[in-house]
Amino acid sequence: MSRRILVGCKRVIDYAVKIRVKPDKTGVVTEGVKHSMNPFDEIALEEAIRLKEKKIASEIVVVSCGPSQCQETLRTALAMGADRGIHVEVPNPEYEGLQPLAVARILQRLSEREKIDIVILGKQAIDDDCNQTGQILSGMLDWPIGTFVSKVEVEGERINLTREIDGGLEEISVGIPCVITADLRLNEPRYATLPNIMKAKKKKLDVCKPGDLGVDITPRLIVVSVEEPPVREAGVKVEDAQSLFDVLKKEGHFN
Amino acid sequence: MSSQRRVVLQLYRELLFMGREYPMGFLFFRERLRKVFQKNKTVEDYEQISNLIKRGNFVIKELEAMYKLRKYRTLKKNYYEDS
Repeated sequence: MSRRILVGCKRVIDYAVKIRVKPDKTGVVTEGVKHSMNPFDEIALEEAIRLKEKKIASEIVVVSCGPSQCQETLRTALAMGADRGIHVEVPNPEYEGLQPLAVARILQRLSEREKIDIVILGKQAIDDDCNQTGQILSGMLDWPIGTFVSKVEVEGERINLTREIDGGLEEISVGIPCVITADLRLNEPRYATLPNIMKAKKKKLDVCKPGDLGVDITPRLIVVSVEEPPVREAGVKVEDAQSLFDVLKKEGHFN
Repeated sequence: MSSQRRVVLQLYRELLFMGREYPMGFLFFRERLRKVFQKNKTVEDYEQISNLIKRGNFVIKELEAMYKLRKYRTLKKNYYEDS
């Protein structure tokens, strides 16, 4: 089968980094902070690689939108097992205003240009937590979508998907072409080892601009303010059961 | 001998690479790594060196597993209420 899979790989602040908000409340500090591939995108990529290993797909194309450092993220993706990468260059400060609508439009144009059959994305990125790109893309392409997917089974020209929904699982079947967004339990992504990263340097990586794809990335939303979550308040020590009861009663935990 | 030397150097490089993500910091990791390699620098027996290389590769696998678990747990804690 010569099916082509497109996987989105967003470069985000590493999951282990303590996030700091900029003093002017316009965003978070990104300079000098460790970045890595969005963990949900890693899961999406792993699923694409598994489909290729099962000979269900023939080529995996990875895409990342953002500043030049995104190429490192793409290299990691190529080291994991993707075949070629496309870097859609969006330099700072435009990148800070890049929103799901624009990303979805870029992915739509690329899906059409590269003759993609299946798009697999992470369900959301761990930086802005938008959870919108896959859904918007599915609408733009007019393709079916499975969101929060925890299992993928291809059966001929259809894909059976298990979705994680509130309080249970839902099984759906979609035709190809389609969009899939990966949930945490879909699989366990492989590690990009040093020898594979070296080998990946030989793989093809194209660079283009949103303008080349005819996409306007002007933001439609304005970020009003970004603030730290409230700091946990200090506790109080109580002498005995009676005073504990009094305190809880005062706080309104008993009627 | 010379082929083993190459394997050992490659192992050291790979371990250094794995150390970048070490929770207690890269410098801490590098120092420990140097120590263990230096401790065994006088080993000359082919068999013994092969065993040490095997152990090094095992440590790489262990580190990989640890990083994966750490990432999974962080995500689960941040995104799934029932955990």
